[in-house]
Amino acid sequence: MLKKVVGYLMTHSIYLLIFGFFALFPLFVKDAYYLRILIFIGIYIILALSLNLINGYTGLFSIGHAAFYGIGAYSSALLTLRLGTPFILALPLSGMIAAFFGYLIGKPTLRLSGIFLTLATLGFNIIFVLLMINLDGLTRGPLGIAGIPTPKILSYSFSRQVDYYYLVFFLVLFTLGSIYRIIHSRFGRALLSIREEETASEAAGVDTVHYKIAIFTLSTFFAGIAGSFFAHYLRFIAPDSFTFWESFTLLAMLALGGQGNLVGPVVGASLLIAVPELFRFLTDYRMILYGLILIVMMLFRREGLFRKRTYALRVTPPWERKGTGPVYATGDKFLKNLPLKDSADGTPKD
Amino acid sequence: MLLEQIINGVTQGGIYALIALGFTIIFGTLRLVTFAHGEVFMAGAFVGYTVMKYLQSPLWMAILAAILCSGLFGILIERVGFHFLRRAPHQSSLLITIGFSIVLINLAQFIWGPETQSISSLKYGDFQVLGIYISYTQVIVLAVTFLLLALIRVLIYKTKMGRTIRATAQDFEAAYAMGVNIDVVFMLTFALGSLLGGIAGMLVGFYYNAFYPTMGTLPGLKAFSACILGGLTSLGGAVLAGFILGIVENLSVAYISSSYRDVFSFGILILVLILRPKGLFGREI
Repeated sequence: MLKKVVGYLMTHSIYLLIFGFFALFPLFVKDAYYLRILIFIGIYIILALSLNLINGYTGLFSIGHAAFYGIGAYSSALLTLRLGTPFILALPLSGMIAAFFGYLIGKPTLRLSGIFLTLATLGFNIIFVLLMINLDGLTRGPLGIAGIPTPKILSYSFSRQVDYYYLVFFLVLFTLGSIYRIIHSRFGRALLSIREEETASEAAGVDTVHYKIAIFTLSTFFAGIAGSFFAHYLRFIAPDSFTFWESFTLLAMLALGGQGNLVGPVVGASLLIAVPELFRFLTDYRMILYGLILIVMMLFRREGLFRKRTYALRVTPPWERKGTGPVYATGDKFLKNLPLKDSADGTPKD
Repeated sequence: MLLEQIINGVTQGGIYALIALGFTIIFGTLRLVTFAHGEVFMAGAFVGYTVMKYLQSPLWMAILAAILCSGLFGILIERVGFHFLRRAPHQSSLLITIGFSIVLINLAQFIWGPETQSISSLKYGDFQVLGIYISYTQVIVLAVTFLLLALIRVLIYKTKMGRTIRATAQDFEAAYAMGVNIDVVFMLTFALGSLLGGIAGMLVGFYYNAFYPTMGTLPGLKAFSACILGGLTSLGGAVLAGFILGIVENLSVAYISSSYRDVFSFGILILVLILRPKGLFGREI
């Protein structure tokens, strides 16, 4: 029994280490600057992971994701400011509002071929920004919405960077966990089949349109949550933060880090947020850097840095490592170097 | 007033028609969407501006310079973006044109600065025809636009080169089997589409006497809108859609609200995608 527990801890030691490092980080580093960078990395990790659901796991090409980020931000700001909704309700509600608009965009366009979704998402992003600028009765136009209240969860009012850090940490874990569960399920396998070969998938009985609409809606939900957090963190939002250039930034994160797995978007988001911060003199060149990254990555490694299907960062404990297989398979010296993959009960599989 | 607005709309629409035509030529033949189209538009405009302002040249020389520059950019983008990535999934080419778009805009900002430039020697008046005010610049832009449209029509439908392009657009593998050098055709098609965009850019800059690095972004995106409205592979449809877009935009600005100008253009895009994705004359969905 103890062996089982220790074995489990050992297998997942890498994940535990990473979790522990980031969970205890604010206890050792109190400088608000570094916490702020990590918080922004967190927001963009959620955004990149949600875009990865559409682009990486389902093989679609959505280039207007910032619109749903913005819908989440504006909804949360308006809900808390105008309607007095408590933050703990506003967060999921704005996610649902973003998901609703995702459904509205996805339903008519996902039954057509891929290019139509691409152009529709781009067009929607542009229209969204234009509407936010022009509907100043609702959104104060280009002035943006200021004075968004700080989150107040169960009568604890957020005031320090650390509070926001732990909230975004929780949201990142929630997103990662949800996406892991989605992908490693029947639903996720349907998505992968759509990405790999849509015609065969449809022929095998997978309702491709239904799954595409479902994942698009789900993905925009996460974008909306990120937007809500962003609104309450910065306490000021303006239409400028949600243009299609922002969407292109997300695309650059996926192009750099890789898509179709859980590690790529995280690394891509971290790199593209941290590097411009570390090299502060590069701020003027930020956009051109993203453009060059897109060009270079597409030329030299178009799948991105992390391109495998899965990165199961597991460590097998020594007592679980299978040695050589049964004698009848490995006794022969000519067969000794065959790669033997064992199934769970020890029978060699080919 | 209405007739003047319609003339404004036709002028603007002619420019949109040129951009959309260039984009549709590229898309119809290479079957790939280029996000850098707006930026070759802007590059043509700036090169024409530089030639016109610093070399004191007349408009036709500026247009020639724009043709040269945007054609070369088109060839560059085709070689790097499409030729190299022929075997890759479509998204890689799309992403690389997005990258080019970002790089070109920032390059223009470094070279010419982010402020709006203008040519101070441009001062044309207007005149009256049957009680309608038309400006000289409008006449020039309209003349160049219609001349170009006619030239392109002759090129595509009456010459051997045009037949080659149409054949490659229909089925490039069959064209290859028939002995067409599709590499050269792709390159020339991209150059042709881009130089149409460059001329349109120079015309817009000349018409409004305003040159700024982000001037190409919105027209490039409206080219998508016009292209979809006309039907993705139809050249005539793209031209007609460009004119429709220009007229609708101008009338809505004049009679409804000027701040919603772009909402109408992109609203058309979304509406067409939802209601009739084939567009006006398109064949495929």
